Amino acid sequence: MEAALTAVEPPSTARWYAEDTTPSAIEAGLRELLGQQHARHAGYAPARVLNLVAVVDRPWRGEVVNRLERVGRYHPSRTVVCAVQPGKRTLDAWATLTATAAGDGLTVAQERVEIELGERHLEGLAAIVDPLILADLTTMVWSPHGHDDAVDELLPLADVVLLDSLDLPDMRAAVARACRLSEEAYVVDLAWLRSTPWRERVAATFDPPRWRPALRELTRVTVRHRPDSTVSGLLFSGWLCSRLGWSPGSLAPRPDRALVGSARAGKTKARIELLPDPQMTAPGLAGVTLETASGLSLSLDRSPGGLSARRGTPDGRESAWIVLGASRGEPGILGEGIRQALLRDPTYRPALACAERMVA
Amino acid sequence: MATIQENPLVEGLERLPVHPTTLVIFGATGDLAHRKLLPAVYNLAHEGALPERFNLVGVARREMDDDAFRATARDSIRQYSRTRPDESVLGALLERVRYVRGSFDDAGVYRRLGALASELDEEAGIPFNRVFYLATAPTFFETIAELLGAHGLDAREDAEVRIVVEKPFGRDLASARQLNEALLSVFEERQIYRIDHYLGKETVQNLLVMRFANGIFEPLWNRGYVDYVEITAAEDIGIGSRAGYYDRTGALRDIVQNHLLQLLTLLCMEPPVSFSADEVRSEKVKVLRAIRPPSPDEVPEIAVRAQYGPGVAEGREVPGYLDEEGVAPGSGTETYVALRLEVENWRWAGVPVYLRAGKRLARKVTEIAVTLKPVPHLAFQQSGSLGVQPNQLVLTVQPNEGVSLSLVAKIPGARMRVRPVSMDFLYGTSFLSQSPEAYERLILDTMRGDATLFARADEVEAAWSLVDPILEAWSRTAGPLPTYEAGSSGPAEADRLLLGGARWRQL
Repeated sequence: MEAALTAVEPPSTARWYAEDTTPSAIEAGLRELLGQQHARHAGYAPARVLNLVAVVDRPWRGEVVNRLERVGRYHPSRTVVCAVQPGKRTLDAWATLTATAAGDGLTVAQERVEIELGERHLEGLAAIVDPLILADLTTMVWSPHGHDDAVDELLPLADVVLLDSLDLPDMRAAVARACRLSEEAYVVDLAWLRSTPWRERVAATFDPPRWRPALRELTRVTVRHRPDSTVSGLLFSGWLCSRLGWSPGSLAPRPDRALVGSARAGKTKARIELLPDPQMTAPGLAGVTLETASGLSLSLDRSPGGLSARRGTPDGRESAWIVLGASRGEPGILGEGIRQALLRDPTYRPALACAERMVA
Repeated sequence: MATIQENPLVEGLERLPVHPTTLVIFGATGDLAHRKLLPAVYNLAHEGALPERFNLVGVARREMDDDAFRATARDSIRQYSRTRPDESVLGALLERVRYVRGSFDDAGVYRRLGALASELDEEAGIPFNRVFYLATAPTFFETIAELLGAHGLDAREDAEVRIVVEKPFGRDLASARQLNEALLSVFEERQIYRIDHYLGKETVQNLLVMRFANGIFEPLWNRGYVDYVEITAAEDIGIGSRAGYYDRTGALRDIVQNHLLQLLTLLCMEPPVSFSADEVRSEKVKVLRAIRPPSPDEVPEIAVRAQYGPGVAEGREVPGYLDEEGVAPGSGTETYVALRLEVENWRWAGVPVYLRAGKRLARKVTEIAVTLKPVPHLAFQQSGSLGVQPNQLVLTVQPNEGVSLSLVAKIPGARMRVRPVSMDFLYGTSFLSQSPEAYERLILDTMRGDATLFARADEVEAAWSLVDPILEAWSRTAGPLPTYEAGSSGPAEADRLLLGGARWRQL
């Protein structure tokens, strides 16, 4: 067993490394790094927000680490990256402490542990990870490259599972997986978060009392999405169904790859259409249109500076405006996903349940 | 399922809908708008927190058209926004910006403003709420309110109208009452938002959460356990370029009457029945009314004022207050004030509350320190140790926002020696989110119609009722003020306010 400790400054990053190591040795290395930093800087304080355990394929480790670094201020305080390398029989580990000046003499540090391990270790992964997570903090598990068995193994440690339902090519499998995990832990689904600005804007549009009655008259919901983002569309439609008390039926595929169906809304039915938009470059939704029987319509579409909104009223008048808001981009979505570990959204599971019925 | 009256779609959303709003900033080319308001509006736009339909109208005397004002606003936002502006969002926001030029006492301004506001309504086909933000010199507050009323801009049938008044809200009780009367002759109290930007700070709001969401504190939060309370707002800077304002104002009016008394009320108030604006504010007013205003004879016993003299601050020699540019020769304006107050109610009677605020002090800090009574009997030998100090809970508002609790712990070793240690919670290490600027929160609240973080008329007047006798007594006291060295912890005279074993916390 070999271990080495180096401190690099500036920038204030300290590292520890060991080959063929053990979880307790890694934990001791982290403590040693912390002690060194405390001794060096009185205003040094380790961040204590949440643990993020990421299980990744070794070849894509760097890409995942880069994604996590780009989330900026939403960086978890302790990240444990388990990089799976087929055939590997030992544990090799790096621990990194990155300190960032937070102003006024305070320096906040984030810790990252990277463990290279083999598939054989996944079965006992909880025992490897458990000593490395900070007690009393929320623990979030993320496995962007599959490894469902590893996620199952870690569930006893996890408060939150981060997933992106768009990662799975089969929407039914994606929805089923999210449903299954929701039974075990709180799920933060990036596919759901991609629909947040749309949900907020639809809610805002119908918030003025004069527009609110139109919610009861909705007869058609059209959701446009990137072709691989059907689940975001399903979750958006599921949200609308669950919030309005609609009972959705299963959606049928059309030759143009659209999904079409309806939901029972009281005595009437509302048509639901999910339309793939090949022009859409970013994952998620491209646009939403809601229509009522009386001729009121609202459309929201992506646009520079926010969402482009268009409203048509029964008397034939149309108005258009931009709903302001900066695009969060994929790093922003991931950061938002991490932040959501500390919150609870009571509307996801009902939306997911409706989505499940739509793909049944 | 929620009823249609409740908007079932808002459940679970972090950003609640805000009614379409036209925000009118009077004094739109001034320093406050330039440094704070316009960047705050941009940040709200960036976060997607503005109403889905939004207009911003600047009103000021400077000669310029819409495009020139947009260019000014763009510069302000680029310079002072806490987030790097996204040019597409900024461009889209600026398209919603208009400008009305004129003097605030010119009726024509209000006619043009009214016409523009109506035009914006018609263009959108909806009645926008209107928020008039008075970021002007206080001398214009009454005039603007009166002329808004005279031109029918004070209320609408189908939308809300609100007016936001910046500090200072009056110079004394009489002027505050006069201003309240002027505002209330045009607007209803529910329409008036008196800003104290301290209340927009996350840590100030956290005071309520800390007190009322943690069972550990409430049993201790009373005269039985609390020895004394100290609230400090220290600045290490001098008056800078604000001599004109500051020399007419002083530390008591500038900081104590508003910010420090607000902190005091939040610290001492009873749990409100709910966190609605009126319930919270009613409890705060009760605290202010429980503080007996001092008689003229009592003022020297409970209040100390001083001016900073020359010294070393920020690593360089700095002049004394009287040598600062723009300060009147022989000025009697205090740059430091310390008070000893008492909240005379069941919970707090007999607990001294010390307030201090000043410029050119040793460091910048705003904090509340609650010192608990010492343990009744000490079994430990104290020789060879730093000794047992009473527990102290310190809530730091700025900088390094957080809460720390001092405890006594054993020093490792064979002997039973003890010393105080600190148990810390730091905002900077415990949350993923960046705190929004106070003005972002407050502007959003005015648009949402939530007045919880704004002062009510009776609250402002109750605060002035405490400060007025001190101002009056000081105005009768001739002669130079005590001085303290710039960069120091303040004047030695402040120590005489302290009762029992109380000590000012080190700056």
